[in-house]
Amino acid sequence: MTTSPAAPATGGLFGHQLLFVTGKGGVGKTTVTAALAQLAAQRGKRVLACDIDASGGLGAMFEAGPVGFVPTPVAPGVSVMSMDTEASLREYLKVSLRIPLAGRIGPLAKAFDFVATAAPGVREILTVGKLCWEVREGHYDLVVVDAPASGHVVSQLGAPQAINDLVKVGQIRSQTDWMLELLSDPRRTGVIPVTIPEEMPVSETLELTERIERETSAAVVAVIVNKVLPELFSTREEAIFEELRTPANLEVIAADAGGDPGPVLEAARLAVSTRRARAVHLQLLQERLDPRVPILLLPYLFTRVGGLRSTRQVATALGEELGS
Amino acid sequence: MSAPAEVRRGSLDQLLASKEIAITCGPGGVGKTTVAASVAAMAACHHGGKVLVVTVDPARRLADALGLKGLGNEEHRIDAEMFREAGVSPRGELWAAMLDTKASWDALIVRHAPDARTREQILRNPLYRNISGRFVQSHDYIAMERLFEIHSTGDYDLIVVDTPPSRHALDFLDAPKRMAEFFSSRLLRWLIVPYRSRMVTLASRPFQQIADRILGTQFLTDISEFFILFQSMHAGFIERADAVVRLLGDRRTTFLVVSTLDSSPLSEAEQFAGELGRRHLHLGAMVLNRTLPDYLRDPAALAVARSIGERADELAGRLPTDPAITAPLLREIAESFINFSLVARREAEQRNELAHVPEVLATAPAFEHDIASLTGLLALGQTIWR
Repeated sequence: MTTSPAAPATGGLFGHQLLFVTGKGGVGKTTVTAALAQLAAQRGKRVLACDIDASGGLGAMFEAGPVGFVPTPVAPGVSVMSMDTEASLREYLKVSLRIPLAGRIGPLAKAFDFVATAAPGVREILTVGKLCWEVREGHYDLVVVDAPASGHVVSQLGAPQAINDLVKVGQIRSQTDWMLELLSDPRRTGVIPVTIPEEMPVSETLELTERIERETSAAVVAVIVNKVLPELFSTREEAIFEELRTPANLEVIAADAGGDPGPVLEAARLAVSTRRARAVHLQLLQERLDPRVPILLLPYLFTRVGGLRSTRQVATALGEELGS
Repeated sequence: MSAPAEVRRGSLDQLLASKEIAITCGPGGVGKTTVAASVAAMAACHHGGKVLVVTVDPARRLADALGLKGLGNEEHRIDAEMFREAGVSPRGELWAAMLDTKASWDALIVRHAPDARTREQILRNPLYRNISGRFVQSHDYIAMERLFEIHSTGDYDLIVVDTPPSRHALDFLDAPKRMAEFFSSRLLRWLIVPYRSRMVTLASRPFQQIADRILGTQFLTDISEFFILFQSMHAGFIERADAVVRLLGDRRTTFLVVSTLDSSPLSEAEQFAGELGRRHLHLGAMVLNRTLPDYLRDPAALAVARSIGERADELAGRLPTDPAITAPLLREIAESFINFSLVARREAEQRNELAHVPEVLATAPAFEHDIASLTGLLALGQTIWR
């Protein structure tokens, strides 16, 4: 797409109906998805959070047991579901084509597996189709998707177009038009790449935002940088820190604190140095990213990650970044 | 705390001395590619011979460090001069290659196609292009296929293979089998029969009717054409996939599971280790990457940090520096230590709780800067090798 729609202000993040949260493994995508859902619910939205990988991680973020294809309420205002393309196919056939297939679904789904393996977008359309359908049905104000790693989200967003290109006739064709309309409306659909301030995740995020702009009509509405280490010192403080490490001062501290302060100061140096190494990547992101796309920073959590407690903490941090 | 050193019986050094193939695997974002390159560099240095590392998607600067930029599928040697610059004289040679899925698929078609016409038809087919370029599982298959191909040349003493990031870490193990099934399924025949004979069999009629209605006939014809072409290579593919599976289970092949000590990657790595066991594949080592330094768990240091934090004002008064800046600074330093100490202790506990501990459990520290040179790879290697 050549025209890149202006990214809406961060406050309007929850004005969307469909948000795809994506990112490389290990960046905390699931935590962020859960936090977004939690925060939107706190702000009065009815939210459906959808786990595409079926890893079950999203439910655990709300202390819920395994969740299936049927949306399950897990917190006030938040329901969670786990994507299952076969179940999606079954639902599609039942709802859209009125084909009752209880008995025959087995071989048909298997055949679809083959078609899906070869043809672009079939599996994706079953995923995206279900998400779009949930949006259209209006049971929720917002559908947040824990989407697969970076590259796949482009295929998902492009699925209706790919299907349109391949399938010239047939009922599928008529189904993809309204999906395309939803997915290519930047006021309704948004992508949120999650990254961390490290080399690979940042360069992948930049590539992804370019690809989304080039290959889809969807808009990147924000980039979330997770696990940002706290800034320990300013330059002035750093000069004093260096002075503290002189032998005479180390002795004073050792006498007062009752032991060798070496490891404590070394840990502070390590923290500062690590943060600075990462700041380079963060800076690169800020320089290269379209300035209209807001960058939201989430702190590194020293406490345990996973479960409702961290979902709440991240939601709070996210709320502060977003403002009201 | 039971030291991991007690569980540990071997070393990567010893393990790789007896192996020809080492496959690094594990969750995304834990430094798998870097560990693979590092292990290969160490083997080239210490064991000698020809060592190859096949990476999938290296960070740009690591790729540069290995001279991989733009070299695609071809293996090439890391200049011995680079080792000398890193201050070592290797006994052997380090080679590197990057996995190019598209090129590898094309090579596969060229090998299996029965004749030139079929070959050209397949290479031009839009569905084939989609499979080879975008179909994600095809990366898994191609990585293993490429490994097999390189191994069968007998050119290398050790091949270290990095596995592609995938939705499930195990996908690549199933890839050859799935690929074989894909080409031999009855359903596939159902799909293509009507277009081959122009006669709808009784068995496939209901399916055809539904498929026609949903997808349209033209699309099905396109797909069928593609599958008919692929059918001609059926036997070759099956045979090959079987050979790849045998190679993965060979005694000369070992798996290195890489993880960090963060709880979510670690539980993924654990599942992986368990799955290797169920498949009777050799889990040779677990490499715990980016661990925090041991001094963060020292109780005496933690006591000092607490004391510095509590007594920051008095302490600042006794130091020659500006107390107005020094006191809050001391509190921050203390707080930072306590925070990182908590993370370090949690990591240590998670390491102790590991259920599947292989004969080698290696721990690599978190490096302050990204590893983007042979020197850096060797520095990492030193921490996990013995």
